[in-house]
Amino acid sequence: MNRKKHRYWLDSADNVRKLVYGLYTLCAALMLLDFFYHKHIYFPFENWFGFFAWFGFIACVALVLLAKQMRKLVKRDEDYYGDV
Amino acid sequence: MSSLNPALILVLGALPALMLKGHLRAVYILLLPVLSFLQLYTLPAGSRAEFEILGMLLTTLHLDKLSFMFAVIFHIAAFLSILYSLHARDRLQQMITLIYAGCAIGVVLAGDLVTLFIYWEAAALSSVFLIWARRTPASYAAGMRYLIVQVISGLLLLAGIILHARTSGSIEFAQLDPGTPGGALIFLAFGIKCAFPLLHNWLVDAYPQATVTGAVVLSAFTTKMAIYALATAFAGTEILIWIGLLMTAFPIFYAVIENDLRRVLTYSMINQLGFMVVGVGIGTELALNGTAAHAFADILFKALLFMSMGAVLLRTGRINGSDLGGLYKSMPVTAGFCVIGAASISAFPLFSAFVTKSMIMEAAALEGYTLVWLVLLFASAGVFHHAGIKIPYFAFFAHDSGIRCKEAPASMLFAMAVAAVLSMCIGIFPHTLYALLPYETGYQPYTMTHVITQLQLLFFSALAFTWLVRQGLYPPELRSVNLDADWFYRKPGRWLAEYAMRSIVAGEQKMGVWIKRLSFSAGTRLHRHHGPQGLLAKTWPTGSMVLWVAFLLGVYLIFYYVY
Repeated sequence: MNRKKHRYWLDSADNVRKLVYGLYTLCAALMLLDFFYHKHIYFPFENWFGFFAWFGFIACVALVLLAKQMRKLVKRDEDYYGDV
Repeated sequence: MSSLNPALILVLGALPALMLKGHLRAVYILLLPVLSFLQLYTLPAGSRAEFEILGMLLTTLHLDKLSFMFAVIFHIAAFLSILYSLHARDRLQQMITLIYAGCAIGVVLAGDLVTLFIYWEAAALSSVFLIWARRTPASYAAGMRYLIVQVISGLLLLAGIILHARTSGSIEFAQLDPGTPGGALIFLAFGIKCAFPLLHNWLVDAYPQATVTGAVVLSAFTTKMAIYALATAFAGTEILIWIGLLMTAFPIFYAVIENDLRRVLTYSMINQLGFMVVGVGIGTELALNGTAAHAFADILFKALLFMSMGAVLLRTGRINGSDLGGLYKSMPVTAGFCVIGAASISAFPLFSAFVTKSMIMEAAALEGYTLVWLVLLFASAGVFHHAGIKIPYFAFFAHDSGIRCKEAPASMLFAMAVAAVLSMCIGIFPHTLYALLPYETGYQPYTMTHVITQLQLLFFSALAFTWLVRQGLYPPELRSVNLDADWFYRKPGRWLAEYAMRSIVAGEQKMGVWIKRLSFSAGTRLHRHHGPQGLLAKTWPTGSMVLWVAFLLGVYLIFYYVY
């Protein structure tokens, strides 16, 4: 096969930055939506401004940082069980 | 035959598949699940098939709404698995797939515990070949460990059934009491297959060692038939809420640091099973509907994710996140399907889990379980993080690994396409799925609140991922093994077994010495008395024998007169 070295859209750092800024904008817009509709809720704390937004953010950061600490405890060499 | 069991069509029909060749075989194995599905579809609601054996009345077929729904999705999964496996000329594996799927369908259609046990064991025994079919030493060892755990589950089930039958006098497969000894054993047997915490390691250990198609097949049946069994026998058992909650929460931590992407999927499987177990534990109509709906959706998107990772493994020979990246350039179609699977498991609006998982969460909220609801919300954010982002990101995007390969074979792409379309259909037309549910429901997934809050949760989880990666805080993919509960039987358990084995061998040697000594001294004694020179080896005169007989008669006469 004779394939030309193709440059993909995602290969450019500029385009990746565009995507990231797109995500920031989208997040800001979603947060602001909380001003414009009536939430149907089961628990009072759901009514806090942007509850689901900051819950999602904090949950994921906590998850990753905790998991990273967990590595110190549980990470072993790939051949630890002697079967690779 | 009007009440022919669809399970039998698959199990018995699988045998000729080994004999046929070429296109004829491909057509035959694709048609078999279709045929079996048509039989299921024409069975009238409430069908029963019974026969008596050894004084027991077995109900081999009992069709209610829940069993019908599981049987339908198992047929779809069987068809997709066969379609996906067509590229491989592995006749044994395809035959096993059909038998295993048939057994799983037999389990969900079983009306009594004995029939359940037979199919339960047959599913366990057949499925192990999908792991061994990889034909590597690691898969052989993992398959052995898998088989041992499955057999233990089967033995617990059998013991539980016997105890239950003796105390209650019934073998009907219906609501059981986990407080009775029999009920408790059956609960534990289901729990092993359902990957309860600490009993879960067979899953994360064995599935990633299975073949490319094997992992797809395995992901559909065993755990979901356990969910069905729990929902039938233990609905509303409160402890299941807490067990399920643990299952949703702890695996996501492992999923974040796991390198083998198929193992990441097994951790996310436990996470999804956790939602279903919570639903069974809550036990309200909405919760049980949620469990059934989510099991249905999960089989499709989990199969889709395993299929995309299987395609990557097939084409590149690698599955570790540390070795992959940038594959969207070589496998754009597979990447697209993987993203659809990721969106489905993450519960994006218009994708399947959005309309199924939310029923379980709403049921928890309605019953006032605040903590449960919060943990489920955390797990929902977590699942997007590790399955929704990590899987596609490290396989297809991230840094370019430089691997260039062919796109997946057409049959694989076709299977992925069907799973992707079905996942989206469930998300877009939820009421077609809701019509299959065991209970009537007026549940509306597409409310303004649900759509917006879910999008907030997901996009801010994505934001967290982006932020962590750009700050360099995200843990890199590393070649490693992470200790989990299987450590107990793979390290200390192994030492113990080896120690026991050494002691037995040493003991045997010691005993051998003693036996030798004993037998030697016994031999010399025997020789002394019975040997050529021995007293007892001499021929005795008949007279001495007459004398002894006379003596015995005398003793006898004396006793006779005394008494």
